[in-house]
Amino acid sequence: MATLNSRIPEGPVAEKWTNFKAHQRLVNPKNKLKLDVIVVGTGLAGASAAASLGEMGFNVLNFCIQDSPRRAHSIAAQGGINAAKNYQNDGDSVYRLFYDTVKGGDYRAREANVYRLAEVSNNIIDQCVAQGVPFAREYGGMLANRSFGGAQVSRTFYAKGQTGQQLLLGAYSSLMCQVNKGKVKLYTRYEMEDVVVIDGRARGIIAKNLVTGKLERFSANAVVIATGGYGNTYFLSTNAMGCNCTAAVQAYRKGAYFANPSYVQIHPTCIPVHGDKQSKLTLMSESLRNDGRIWVPKKIEDAKALQEGTKQGWDIPEQDRDYYLERRYPAFGNLVPRDVASRAAKERCDKGFGVNNTGLAVFLDFSESIQRLGIDEIRARYGNLFDMYEEITDVNPGEFVRNENGIDYYKPMMIFPAVHYTMGGIWVDYELQTAIPGLFAIGECNFSDHGANRLGASALMQGLADGYFVLPYTIQNYLADQAIWPRLSTDLPEFAEAEKGVEAEIDRLMGIQGKRSVDSLHKELGHIMWEHVGMGRNKAGLEEGLKLLKELRKEFDTNLFIPGTKEGLNVELDKAIHLRDFILMGELIANDALHREESCGGHFREEHQTEEGEAKRDDENFFYVGCWEYQGNDDNTPVLSKEPLEYEIIKVQTRNYKN
Amino acid sequence: MARNISFTVKYWKQNGPKDAGHFEEKQMHNIPDDTSFLEMLDILNEELVNEGKEPFVFDHDCREGICGMCSLYINGTPHGKTERGATTCQLYMRRFNDGDVITVEPWRSAAFPVIKDCMVDRSAFDKIQAAGGYTTIRTGQAQDANAILIPKQDADEAMDCATCIGCGACVAACKNGSAMLFVSSKVSQFALLPQGRVEAAKRAKAMVAKMDELGFGNCTNTRACEAVCPKNESIANIARLNREFLKAKLAD
Repeated sequence: MATLNSRIPEGPVAEKWTNFKAHQRLVNPKNKLKLDVIVVGTGLAGASAAASLGEMGFNVLNFCIQDSPRRAHSIAAQGGINAAKNYQNDGDSVYRLFYDTVKGGDYRAREANVYRLAEVSNNIIDQCVAQGVPFAREYGGMLANRSFGGAQVSRTFYAKGQTGQQLLLGAYSSLMCQVNKGKVKLYTRYEMEDVVVIDGRARGIIAKNLVTGKLERFSANAVVIATGGYGNTYFLSTNAMGCNCTAAVQAYRKGAYFANPSYVQIHPTCIPVHGDKQSKLTLMSESLRNDGRIWVPKKIEDAKALQEGTKQGWDIPEQDRDYYLERRYPAFGNLVPRDVASRAAKERCDKGFGVNNTGLAVFLDFSESIQRLGIDEIRARYGNLFDMYEEITDVNPGEFVRNENGIDYYKPMMIFPAVHYTMGGIWVDYELQTAIPGLFAIGECNFSDHGANRLGASALMQGLADGYFVLPYTIQNYLADQAIWPRLSTDLPEFAEAEKGVEAEIDRLMGIQGKRSVDSLHKELGHIMWEHVGMGRNKAGLEEGLKLLKELRKEFDTNLFIPGTKEGLNVELDKAIHLRDFILMGELIANDALHREESCGGHFREEHQTEEGEAKRDDENFFYVGCWEYQGNDDNTPVLSKEPLEYEIIKVQTRNYKN
Repeated sequence: MARNISFTVKYWKQNGPKDAGHFEEKQMHNIPDDTSFLEMLDILNEELVNEGKEPFVFDHDCREGICGMCSLYINGTPHGKTERGATTCQLYMRRFNDGDVITVEPWRSAAFPVIKDCMVDRSAFDKIQAAGGYTTIRTGQAQDANAILIPKQDADEAMDCATCIGCGACVAACKNGSAMLFVSSKVSQFALLPQGRVEAAKRAKAMVAKMDELGFGNCTNTRACEAVCPKNESIANIARLNREFLKAKLAD
């Protein structure tokens, strides 16, 4: 079993990052010109890293699967980005953001990484404002804030319900500035298929030109993957259709560890599933929980009537509504963290209180806020989300229905939890380097900052922290002695061999010539994952899931059908490659979930809960990062290594959002 | 409750930029009207694949109206017709009726060559952005975010301009193939903010020059772009761009 060195710097938590920067190795300006860095992905993490590295003088090769870097799925983040600015004078501080993030992550994140994240959060806001990101402002011209789950302060900066879009366009604009200067070369509609390891170091990648279908070789002094999470393993998720984990899984096959794969975030406020032809789930921003109240009926007969369609939400009077989050968690109410809110919704629906025809939905109601603040104010805050909801469901959540006893009733939204984000990811040390020297992982695709549950508005923070403020420093610590080597030729046997491996896999997939489409198999995978490796997990279910996944892989390997040829653009082939890796990912998630005999954050084992149905952690036996090592073949069970967590200043305790 | 509808889809097939291209037809049966337009095309493609044929190719990704990837010309309108304006992925089948013939084509513009079927190459937009669509600042050197106060109205207006998703519907709708709505939205966002003012003149000139160089047409104020923009960008932005451009020229 390998020992994993997290390389956390010495010193008190609050001084670690400063100490690291003071003593790390740097690359002199002349040498930067000799060093090439590959960055795969152009989301918040990838684009900000590529732009910053280019600006510092490195030669950057930046890859994305879309037609433009601006399309990366960070663009769809709605609600906002956290920072410890304390502009609201409500008692916020770097320490408090750090503390909330560790607590929100159910004490499974690495303390030193989270402190650094909180520390650089303020720089991100400064940086973005300087880029011309039009954050929401108050009448006095100051930046506005709102609240997100898991916090008792208002520290979330936002740009309507399109914060991810604005931050990504900011990073994209800096990236395009470097493209214009010739410091970054863009490769759009390219997909990384393998990482090339030479003498134990990552020295390049094999990428597929998605338009020509050709495999191409790229050499560099370091490789950074910023390719996002693995949520699409579940088929239905809030991820974009193209989101995949192929680059991350390939890095894992080549020796990088995969950490905490079972930590999958199920977001509580998504539009419920409507039919079996659905391709994805749409998120309704967590920010809605600032003014929306979540409820189901108190009486089971009302729930039955809602399910049968004989009653509508607005028919149920105020006194017959169960605002279950406010009831169970008075201190945080509707703003409890996502894992808690999702489980509470599942609990009500499992008991038969679901409010739509499938019984898998709860209400998110704005009646009280609209009556208090007026529809104009509510629309100013959430207008685009209301419009989007109406376009999809044909129901306008701002539509007045009736007044009874002085209480206004508006049409509520229906919501249900859906797979949204993955806290687990490629194992990295403090310097964001994987177990393969020279291979780095940033943003959602690494595991380090969110523990077992991510707080709202922290994904954008982490992506940009990694890309603008962490990786550009830490990568120099690695690159400092690399400039003495000449540029490696892509004719080296290691490149040829890696390309041959990818080619052979493509030929294998094309050659199966069975009867099943990629989508039909992917849907089956999603079904297995949601049923057996979803919100509530148990030993028997996970074992059954693993058995079904094995059968599914067999079906994939023997009965897959891809039309066309490998030459030119073939979207079915590309989807098949993704699916091959989603199946492996599914097994990783299930194995990790099976071994982790405790409940924490997004990972809930039904055997481990309190009498009140809250997650029950086991700090004595599971206070570590679960790191999985590939064993040479997809069929072999991966081997677990443990990185013990060490907390210096935070006292590990039971999460409490009740009082 | 959802109703089921049956209709014909006429979709554009074209094997690369040099191919002449042609329409193919497929009869769709009993599609629930709460299906999104792209989910309907997923069903169509699933049927094609099950018949052993190659699927109909089009760009799509986030399916929540924000990435700007989807780009279909539906019954003669970019993204299809909705009241408020929406991207292709936010168009739902309830907008169609039993027996309809639905025609699906790519963006047609000299600056957006077809890659395959309805997938087009919009990298020209990236090139325009690279010419000047940014503020030149160095990572980590910004002052405190509240050091410059910005009137709420200016910030809100800049936000409206910044909402553009770069889908290219404006170009596809314009008889001249002009990218003025796209360019002016970016120029306006920066021009309205103190951080962007510093390079405003240089930016307007550089982006317009690049747009002309890449073969986009001129603006003749037909407002076709504004009518189809899924994010309701206003042609007032074009007037602002013209002012910025003129100021820059006068200063030369």
